[in-house]
Amino acid sequence: MTSCPSPLLLQLFSDPSLLPLLLEQIVNGLLVGAFYIVLSLGLSLIFSLGGVVNLAHGAFYAIGAYLAYEAEQRVGFFGAMVISPVLVALIGLAIERLFLKRLYGKDPALGLLFTFGLAMVAEQSLRMIWGTTGLPFSIPDALRGQWMAGDFIYSYYRLTILAVSVFAVLGCWLLLNRTPFGLVVRAGVRDPEMVRALGISLNPALAAIFALGVGLAGLAGVMSAPLAGVQPAMGSEILTATFVVVVIGGLGSFWGVVLAGLLVGVVRGITVFGCPPGAEASMYLLMVLVLLFRPRGLLGERFEKFE
Amino acid sequence: MTLVDRRGALKRGAALAGAAVLPFGVPTLLRAQSETIRLGHITPRTGFLGQAGEQGFRAAALAVEEANAAGGILGRKIELIAEDSVNPATAVNKAQKLIERDKVLCLIGEVSSASALAIAEQAARAKLPFFNTGSNSDALRGQNCNRYLFHIEGSNTMYTKTIGTWQKQKNLIKGARWYFLTADYAFGHDLFRVSSRFLTENGGIVLANDMVPTNTADYSSYILKLRSLKPDYIYLNLAGVDQTTFLKQYREYSLPFPLTGGVMDTISFWAAGLENLSGTWQSLWYHGIANKDAQAFARRFLDKYKLPPDNQAWGDYVGVRIALQSMAETRRTDATSIIQHLEKGATFDLLKDRKGMFRPWDHQLLQEMYVVQVKDKGKSKDKWDIFDVVESVPGAKESLELIQPTQAENPCKMA
Repeated sequence: MTSCPSPLLLQLFSDPSLLPLLLEQIVNGLLVGAFYIVLSLGLSLIFSLGGVVNLAHGAFYAIGAYLAYEAEQRVGFFGAMVISPVLVALIGLAIERLFLKRLYGKDPALGLLFTFGLAMVAEQSLRMIWGTTGLPFSIPDALRGQWMAGDFIYSYYRLTILAVSVFAVLGCWLLLNRTPFGLVVRAGVRDPEMVRALGISLNPALAAIFALGVGLAGLAGVMSAPLAGVQPAMGSEILTATFVVVVIGGLGSFWGVVLAGLLVGVVRGITVFGCPPGAEASMYLLMVLVLLFRPRGLLGERFEKFE
Repeated sequence: MTLVDRRGALKRGAALAGAAVLPFGVPTLLRAQSETIRLGHITPRTGFLGQAGEQGFRAAALAVEEANAAGGILGRKIELIAEDSVNPATAVNKAQKLIERDKVLCLIGEVSSASALAIAEQAARAKLPFFNTGSNSDALRGQNCNRYLFHIEGSNTMYTKTIGTWQKQKNLIKGARWYFLTADYAFGHDLFRVSSRFLTENGGIVLANDMVPTNTADYSSYILKLRSLKPDYIYLNLAGVDQTTFLKQYREYSLPFPLTGGVMDTISFWAAGLENLSGTWQSLWYHGIANKDAQAFARRFLDKYKLPPDNQAWGDYVGVRIALQSMAETRRTDATSIIQHLEKGATFDLLKDRKGMFRPWDHQLLQEMYVVQVKDKGKSKDKWDIFDVVESVPGAKESLELIQPTQAENPCKMA
């Protein structure tokens, strides 16, 4: 009974009344996608500006969840949702200023190795501090319950995640497109040398973007803590999916990440409906297809520094 | 007399002194070398089964520590050499390292059925006993069985029949429609095969089975799907972190369908937290069972590690003790003697009411298991107190074979 196509999918062809079930999966996929976006946006920003492939992105996500576990006991879940990402951003800032800034403009392999090592150090540190076993973390009472829209069911908690994600994405967009800081960042993404030639130092922007990027990962960690477990390996488990979203979206593209996140969420939902064993493989298949037809990703632009 | 000679004399003296107290034959002890008895511990301590594996390692270390404190065995100290087997490929490398470089006398451990198969092949090639303490797949006891492989962990059939016997007795199976969620690797496939067979044989209906990739972070799609199927029961065949994630997200949707499943790992249930748990499950061992030795072990473990032992900790603890007891009773450390001893029906104290022994034809440890029910939140003493023990299966007067697969169900031909 490892059924692919699933009986449900076969039934759908003869019985159109099952169509709402598929629609429900698609809408749910958009919700799941919102979470992927928050996670991947930071990774994309850091790579676009600094050229650093941050293999420790998952580690910051895990740290976000663990800090939220601590903060939640003191200031409640909503407090944790603010404090934890800020702390993660500060940790990121310290690491960027102390180590990472020395690696900009060098062989990309150095940044890769550094963040790879960082991820391992972080994961082992989590084990040493909080233990190897998972920590219980439940949905806050205020967000328990479900909203019924006709026959569709949505948990309040997931709707909250959606709202926070939309807020975070819009905030980032405004920051990048409506502020002088954003102008420097966008210019730096396109042509860092020209920015420097104009007498503008990219260093503050690089530091700020790294902090922002890992802060977003921390936020995603807080949001996922009540849904998935809080455990040391959670970061390395999520990392690959994050990269896939960035690659599908196209390096350096803001809306590419948004589009790719939603797409991955929806495709996965449909696969669970129609061919469950392929659920995890679906995003990789999607990546292969996208790269076949658009080697720079869906909305990836042709930037000189990426070629 | 040189220093080295003096030390050697001291050791021989100690061995003789030991011989006076212990009822072992003197010749063996005189031959007892100064070298330690090396046990190889191999289990995943990172990755999605890492939490259970780490508990197993702690328990194995505790068992060795206690044995050494009691004077070791055969006049020799015991040394535990531990390796992390993240996946089957790593498991092979680490098993080879333990066998060839560390010259261990036996291997103990493993949680993943896929890795256990790989390790079993290495152990058989080197002709060393391998005590499987955490891998459930029936295939390991059946088509992949071998002379050197012994199973302290329960098989998938044992887990299935434990909860199934109780369900049958409560008349929950006949005519009931079951939705299965199954881990998509060796263990899950095997468990689905035996659990769906048991349910359909007893009149249950398999509504659907979804194979879930390991490490799935989001179950909402599956939960929406099962909601539309309206099953009578949900049968969970997931392991490790996946168990925790599903339990939490299932609670999120407050659906009415009762949960049960083909396996229950206490560590995953602890991580989900009592408020996210529901249903009736089975356990190989639980720290809350009313048994004096079990309670004493739980206390020692708690004192040392600040959390109680789970079923995996029990497996590795008992595994080390069985290996050492066999060496002590045979007064030998070679594989042939140990295997003969185990196959001849040596009995072992398992921190349960009844003693256990290995079934000679498939090397499965015959033992009791338990039906457990999630506790009312108000009655829980601490965050680890999550179950009420309903009953032991088989019951006190029933044969331990009751929950075992028959030779026809899971044939094993040992080479």
